[in-house]
Amino acid sequence: MKLITAVIKPFKLEEVRSALTDLGLQGMTVTEVKGYGRQKGHTEIYRGAEYAVSFLPKIKIEVVVPDTQVDKALAAIQRAAKTGQIGDGKIFVSTIEHTVRIRTGEADDDAL
Amino acid sequence: MTFRTIARCAGVLGALGAIALLIDPALAQDAATTAAPAAAPVAAAAPAIPVPNKGDTAFMYIASVLVLLMTVPGLALFYGGLVRTKNMLSMFMQVFATLCLVAIIWVLYGYSMAFTNGGGLNNFVGGFSKALLRGVDSTTVAGTFSNGVYIPEYVYIVFQMTFACITPCLILGAVAERLKFSSMLVFMALWVTFIYFPIAHMVWYWGGPDAFGNAAKAVAAATGSAKAQAQAALDAVTSDAGIVFKWGALDFAGGTVVHINAGIAGLVGALILGRRIGYGREAMPPHSLVLTMIGAALLWVGWFGFNVGSGLEANGFAGQVFINTFVATAAAALSWMIVEWIAKGKPSALGLASGVVAGLVAITPACGFSGVMGSIVLGLVVSPVCFVFCSAIKSALGYDDSLDVFGVHCIGGIIGALGTGLLVNPDWGGTGIADYLSKPGELTTATYDMVAQMTAQAKAVGMTLLWSGIGSAILFKLVDIVMGLRPSEEMEREGLDITDHGERAYNY
Repeated sequence: MKLITAVIKPFKLEEVRSALTDLGLQGMTVTEVKGYGRQKGHTEIYRGAEYAVSFLPKIKIEVVVPDTQVDKALAAIQRAAKTGQIGDGKIFVSTIEHTVRIRTGEADDDAL
Repeated sequence: MTFRTIARCAGVLGALGAIALLIDPALAQDAATTAAPAAAPVAAAAPAIPVPNKGDTAFMYIASVLVLLMTVPGLALFYGGLVRTKNMLSMFMQVFATLCLVAIIWVLYGYSMAFTNGGGLNNFVGGFSKALLRGVDSTTVAGTFSNGVYIPEYVYIVFQMTFACITPCLILGAVAERLKFSSMLVFMALWVTFIYFPIAHMVWYWGGPDAFGNAAKAVAAATGSAKAQAQAALDAVTSDAGIVFKWGALDFAGGTVVHINAGIAGLVGALILGRRIGYGREAMPPHSLVLTMIGAALLWVGWFGFNVGSGLEANGFAGQVFINTFVATAAAALSWMIVEWIAKGKPSALGLASGVVAGLVAITPACGFSGVMGSIVLGLVVSPVCFVFCSAIKSALGYDDSLDVFGVHCIGGIIGALGTGLLVNPDWGGTGIADYLSKPGELTTATYDMVAQMTAQAKAVGMTLLWSGIGSAILFKLVDIVMGLRPSEEMEREGLDITDHGERAYNY
């Protein structure tokens, strides 16, 4: 099993969700986050007081998939979240050791 | 606050009063040219008790409630949206509590100090003859600006009370996020007593149209030796007024009394308190510009009560004040927006809201004197000046006027006060200066002299800046010495909502 963590532009969330659903993946966890990469921040001006805002609002998606589906899921997220502009985000993949479904006690791939 | 601090405050208050007594007679002698001769007040021809017009009374009732709406929730929202989340309730509490405190002080002695004869100190402050509203009941009346027209005194007291309540609240924006609640209450009680009531008296206390008219009629009717006596009586009536009023300065709804007064006090407070922790290093963006926009909108709505109600009558003249207030504000909002668009690249919501307030401030003294086109010009002029103060001059000088009370209210108030002197000119569409004496019993227009009028306006501005600037500095220092103005560094970082009030504005 792999944990796919993707940080994307907020307005791309719905497209990414439907792309992953089309692959047959069930469920994901979404968090509103702030951060910056190459996009840097922007400037906000309040009555002449200028603030450099370095952290931009992003959406962090976490989804755990069976090893067999990792490549397809990565491609789907990349396709759905891409605008071609700087600031589209990043995808991280890491290994998950164990999974349990709380209601039934099913484990690992059965629990996904 | 312990009992001991309260006792100390009371002692200091008494001492300050004594100082005021020592200073005032000296000042009064400087202005002795206008001092009243010791003539008996006119008791002549006081007919039956005038019956207030029901329309005027209802109008003033609504106007007063509109001014209350300006303070809560208008000003509280306008300021509250501009502070950080951790100080939102503190802003609301400071505005609400000041309002409540001043309302009580107003009926205890404030009304009397502002709107009665102050004897030897009459040039500067009223007396205590109506303290605890002695002698006021539902049949007593207050004069308006027309001969023979009156409103119930209770209604007049409430209308003026709403002004006394909102003015100290304006100061709170300059010292936002770093003033201890307990010290704030003590300061506000002192400030209205020693600054607001005297300035309101100086600018707005006078005998009224009928006192002027009746005395002038008596002079016209008298012959021989009675003539001199009647003339003395007339002099007594015209000199029974605040010193700024006697200078001939015009302030329709409170450019000096409310805005310059609160604006300079705010600057002095910001300087004495010092900057907020992290000012200039940490970002301190407004926590909700939506609330600020709603607050600005409510201020605009309520301001119609403030300005139009200041005419005290529901008539055609009120209509002129109404339209002036509307267009000057719209013009100022647009001019702030355009200037900011050019200078900073984007027309911001806060910029537009600031323009709305700047326009309202500037038209406040002028709304009863200028023409409609003059009001638009005044609105267009005020915003660029305030914009420069808020965006360039403030940061260049480095003072932390948190919510730009000085930049908008004091600077806007000065533009308005001086603009009033120009725009009252009948040749420029103004109303001209009221004259109750040439044709007693009738309101006519006096000759307009630009130099004389501008001199009077400048003197009124200077008097307010000095009295409020110096007086507020003394009071802020005094409270600082006795009980400390600022919360501890830790409390300020935590936010005043939790440390002063034990609550959070938002729980989600």
